[in-house]
Amino acid sequence: MAKQSNEPVLWALFSAGGVFAAFVIPVHLFLLGLAFPLGWIPAAGYESLHALARLPLTRLYLFALCFLALFHWAHRFRYTLYDGLQIKHLNELIFVCCYGGAILGTVVAGYLLWSFR
Amino acid sequence: MSDTSPSTRHTEYHPRWYRSRVSTWWWLARWPYLKFILREISSVFVAWFVVLLLLQIRALSRGPDAYARFQHWLQTPLVLLLNLVTLFFVVFHAITWFNLTPRAMAVRFRGKRVPDLLIVGTNYAAWAAISLVVAWFLVRS
Repeated sequence: MAKQSNEPVLWALFSAGGVFAAFVIPVHLFLLGLAFPLGWIPAAGYESLHALARLPLTRLYLFALCFLALFHWAHRFRYTLYDGLQIKHLNELIFVCCYGGAILGTVVAGYLLWSFR
Repeated sequence: MSDTSPSTRHTEYHPRWYRSRVSTWWWLARWPYLKFILREISSVFVAWFVVLLLLQIRALSRGPDAYARFQHWLQTPLVLLLNLVTLFFVVFHAITWFNLTPRAMAVRFRGKRVPDLLIVGTNYAAWAAISLVVAWFLVRS
């Protein structure tokens, strides 16, 4: 029997993360990283943001965003290193570092959001 | 040659492989290559955004003082510059992703293929609508 590849699963995560990232990250980053710190647009205050983050639906959304965006990064970055640098002998190491990083980030996101008070 | 597998034997009827070396900087040679690598590199900035988001969540859970410190850190020039570069890359990712959608998904309606422009247009409209909804939650009302 042929060995089953987990590539389709990894590609599906990459693709889902790509869609999610494309739709929501630009606006999030524009507001958080530029518009709010530079005072172009008034940001929601601590109290209302904290209340928003306590809603289970918000935390589910944030967790899905972190999880999928990280696996999107892992897949794409792995192939960038494979193709860009031509370091075939390091393929296993690259694989472990990319997906290991994504899993670690997902665990951190899960912990922070689960224990959010 | 070092890049052939050790099991490859070179006999009279099976001469050595011809494999020309490709430069590590091959992607600088042409604009489409560079565009491809820039699109791939955008993933690093997607990951940086997740780090930023997790730092914000951590600061939020630690209380108003921690959150004020986080906001102050966002105002430092280096972080602002990094986020400006990040914005360029995440927008680049979004545009290249939306433009590729009709090639990845051939949508059919009543037996006819939906025009590419319509699929791309729907994507951009959805992008605008979603951005407004997210902003509505995060901007002070």
